[in-house]
Amino acid sequence: MTSSDAATATQAGISAEIAAIAHEYDGAGVVETATRLDYPPYRSSILRHPTKAAFQLDPEELELCSPVFGQRDIDPLEADLTIQHRGEPIGERMTVSGRVTDGDGRPVRHQLVEIWQANAGGRYVHQRDQHPAPLDPNFTGMGRCLTDGDGTYRFTTIKPGAYPWRNHHNAWRPAHLHFSLFGTEFTQRLVTQMYFPGDPLFALDPIFQAITDRDARDRLVATYDHDETRPEWSLGYRWDIVLSGSRRTPLEGDVE
Amino acid sequence: MTAPTPGQTVGPFFGFALPYDGDHQLVPPTRPDAIRLHGRVLDGAGDPVPDAILDLWQAAPDGTVPQVEGSLHRDGYTFTGWGRAATDRTGRYQFTTLRPGGAAPYFAIAVFARGLLDRLFTRAYLPGAAPAALRSLEAVADDRGFGFDIRLQGEDETVFLSFARD
Ligand SMILES: [Fe+2]
Repeated sequence: MTSSDAATATQAGISAEIAAIAHEYDGAGVVETATRLDYPPYRSSILRHPTKAAFQLDPEELELCSPVFGQRDIDPLEADLTIQHRGEPIGERMTVSGRVTDGDGRPVRHQLVEIWQANAGGRYVHQRDQHPAPLDPNFTGMGRCLTDGDGTYRFTTIKPGAYPWRNHHNAWRPAHLHFSLFGTEFTQRLVTQMYFPGDPLFALDPIFQAITDRDARDRLVATYDHDETRPEWSLGYRWDIVLSGSRRTPLEGDVE
Repeated sequence: MTAPTPGQTVGPFFGFALPYDGDHQLVPPTRPDAIRLHGRVLDGAGDPVPDAILDLWQAAPDGTVPQVEGSLHRDGYTFTGWGRAATDRTGRYQFTTLRPGGAAPYFAIAVFARGLLDRLFTRAYLPGAAPAALRSLEAVADDRGFGFDIRLQGEDETVFLSFARD
């Protein structure tokens, strides 16, 4: 299998590959919480995954620390993606908020969260995005914020549309927000995607399905939260993020 | 332990969002002690990866780990120890930075790319500074700094690191 046959693969063919890997995973009976790097149904991964196991190493003090971001770095207005232009973007206004914690439940405080996304029509403000959906002059689709003292982040944006891509014939990505996160350690660095509940494209998407474990996949799906919905204004989604466990010795008063 | 949130690829469309002015210049290139860390990101066929983006994290020359804000709006004087560089059309990246000192004589690097489903960690050691098992991770000195290529796959595949607790 090479990346050159990507254009000719059908959704049925990709779905069969996804099903075969899922069957093999279920049969093995070993829980995998991480995303697979070697996942051929996502054609671009074929030449871009390491074939050797990662070298196990104890982090040094450097990697047990994280870069520090603060008010010099970020304007609080950057958390609202709907006010970056003169007019209002088109689409379904929404908020997404949640807590960033480490594996031991400690909040990741005052740390950088970055998001980027397509507009309501599924189009990115990116030169390489050739999807013939309209650009929205009032929407860029990039936001940043710092978590608060409780590890909570919050963005206001519009719901992104699904979009086609060239992995195979008639391939469509489920709607998603891209997230970039930092923890209290460099070892916790995470880039991921948040999805919306009940998307019919989940089963068809080789990027989402590269997480072979159903419970692990579900951790990328936000929850609709009516308490976060604002009357006459926006729909509320909640999505909590757990970064990989810290080796750091807990400080007194750290554990909530 | 709560199960961690899995990673996903950075995808092809991060270019308008993650890079920012001054991202790869931890110090101004005019600074007399500025060095350059540069190289290429290559795939399993040896072809350049033009849609990768790297995080750089390092100690200061005196060995301290910077814990100061200002990476996103650099003032030209504060060394924050963190930077970011996307690869260009030819798969090349570069950072302008300072030589890391002390107990961590290396640059910690996180790698993201379209086609790479989760981030990878590695280290670019100063020449002669790597432990025996990681000698392949030593950067190559040149006139202005160090070269360090990242090969995602293949015979000369870069050694990637896992810091997992168990
Ligand atoms: Fe995307």
